[in-house]
Amino acid sequence: MPKAILYDSTLCIGCKACEGACAERWGLPYNDKVAAEEHISAHKLTAIETHGDKFSRRLCMNCLQPACASVCPVGALQKTALGPVVYDASRCMGCRYCMQACPFQVPSYEWDKRLPKMRKCDMCFERQSAGKLTACAEACPVGATKNGNRDELAAEAQQRIAEKPGQYYPKVYGLKEVGGTSVLYLSGVPFEQIGLRTNVPGEPLPETTWRVLELVPDVVSTGTVLLGGIWWITNRRTEVSRKEGRR
Amino acid sequence: MPRKFPKITVWRAIFAAIMLSGAYATFLRVMYGLGGSTNLSDKFPWGIWIGFDVMCGVGLAAGGFTLVAMVHIFNVEQYKPVLRPAVLTAFLGYTLVVVGLLYDLGRPDRLWHPLVMWNPHSVMFEVAWCVTLYSTVLFLEFLPVVFEKFGLHRPLAWIHRISVPLMILGVLLSTLHQSSLGTLFLIVPEKLYPLWYTPILPLLFYVSAIGVGLAMTIFESWHSSRAFGRALELPLLASMARVLAVVMSVYLWIRFLDMSHRHVFSLLARNRIETWLFFLEIALVLVPTVLLYQHRIRMQPGKLYACAVMVVFGFIANRLNVGITGLEAGSGVHYVPRWSEVAVTLSIVAAGFAIFHVIAKYFPIFEPEAHAQSAPEMAKKEADLVAIE
Repeated sequence: MPKAILYDSTLCIGCKACEGACAERWGLPYNDKVAAEEHISAHKLTAIETHGDKFSRRLCMNCLQPACASVCPVGALQKTALGPVVYDASRCMGCRYCMQACPFQVPSYEWDKRLPKMRKCDMCFERQSAGKLTACAEACPVGATKNGNRDELAAEAQQRIAEKPGQYYPKVYGLKEVGGTSVLYLSGVPFEQIGLRTNVPGEPLPETTWRVLELVPDVVSTGTVLLGGIWWITNRRTEVSRKEGRR
Repeated sequence: MPRKFPKITVWRAIFAAIMLSGAYATFLRVMYGLGGSTNLSDKFPWGIWIGFDVMCGVGLAAGGFTLVAMVHIFNVEQYKPVLRPAVLTAFLGYTLVVVGLLYDLGRPDRLWHPLVMWNPHSVMFEVAWCVTLYSTVLFLEFLPVVFEKFGLHRPLAWIHRISVPLMILGVLLSTLHQSSLGTLFLIVPEKLYPLWYTPILPLLFYVSAIGVGLAMTIFESWHSSRAFGRALELPLLASMARVLAVVMSVYLWIRFLDMSHRHVFSLLARNRIETWLFFLEIALVLVPTVLLYQHRIRMQPGKLYACAVMVVFGFIANRLNVGITGLEAGSGVHYVPRWSEVAVTLSIVAAGFAIFHVIAKYFPIFEPEAHAQSAPEMAKKEADLVAIE
């Protein structure tokens, strides 16, 4: 059963307990200075953003069909059956195509290190594999971040909208975006007002490149025959004319 | 008194300055990482080392496969004199692309990873394999020059035996990765400005690479004729320029059709930096294309050269627009390369020119008949040709 995170912006009080728990889980330093940063980076894999009197949370969306995993030339990124998109730093060669490809601009890079790695949230893969909640969901004091099975959380999100239609913008972000994500958002205002990208395509991004890549065998086979054939004809023509010329 | 040191000329001084700044930038890159040597950021992870060194580098080296296909597969014997310089440019070009990659990769020590860790769904994986294999092919295509130089007849005969499959392989690999450099950007439909984002980017990249391959061949023939005082193969280059004009017309026509199908012409009315860069890019291709249709212009070395240079710059503008400027608005970041990024790029280009010069000087790159002709003779020949019109 694939896991997911449901973040309800209307419940979030901006206490940043999720940020602290996340930093602890990754062994990253967390202090007032880091807490004040409202964007994700290589040393802060989730961040609470303030949009007027609304809060929003940034973290890796762990897409159902992740662009990052499809573009990685060395397969360092993998979508697990459990839901998280995990990263194997020992494979990564640092081409940063995952960062370019991510429609949510999530992957961060350790720019100042001599042997850098990419960093991003992996929805607490080991914790969830062990049957535990993600660190952020466990730390959230008000239930704004909830961790569970994706279809149950999706149903719950729809139900919350149905129960309090006045309080919610009537859509769940993450159900359809780029073919669906493992992080779902509820908001009281249109999503772009809490900093979410609403121009992302509805289709899974890996298909945009796969449509072309799957033609490679055709190009190779047709091309070989075509080029070989043309060479044979032109070469034969020269041979014949040379022999006739000699006669 | 014999001169002990090479003569100091303006060009040599510029070359030395570029290489020195490149050396210092290399030091910064090694000691302080990408953060200490580039203006890249999480939201803008690719700069000129990808946008220029790789995307333009691979394209500008396309003359190798274009001419191999023309001379050896389509059997256009006429173009043979410029085949070797084109193959040499390609071989050098790809080598320098790899050098550029060593700067850009976060972990250059893992450059070999895609060869053993596979992800066939990745365009980058395909490009990595094609570039590796094609560099090997280019090396083998260039080897006869080395064998000839040192009179190694046995390996020469051996390599001639495998030359046809080798050349077909080279053309196929080039077709794949020249187009795949465009496919790389299909994954960013929401980031790349719609004047450039199109599902047929791979086709556009392929056709424009063929064109710029021809333009580069004209470019380097012109330069080497000046540097080595040999005759310019004018009738040959003029005929090649005609092919170039046709290829670029096809390219422009495909672009026009694509834009009209995607209904993006209205974007041209917006006063944005993208609009102006688009016009610049198109003008740099359109003007020489139109000019090269005229016999009078093709037959004048200076004008022919200027047209080829314009095509090269139009090509570079296109790759930079796709790889850098067209992505800025969508990424919400303004990227200006740091001096050290520019220094490394210039050093790579300068090194390319210098190595080409040295190899062309000591190896049989240009046809011997051409070498024999002296500069004044060449000038006379050109004057005659112009007079004929």
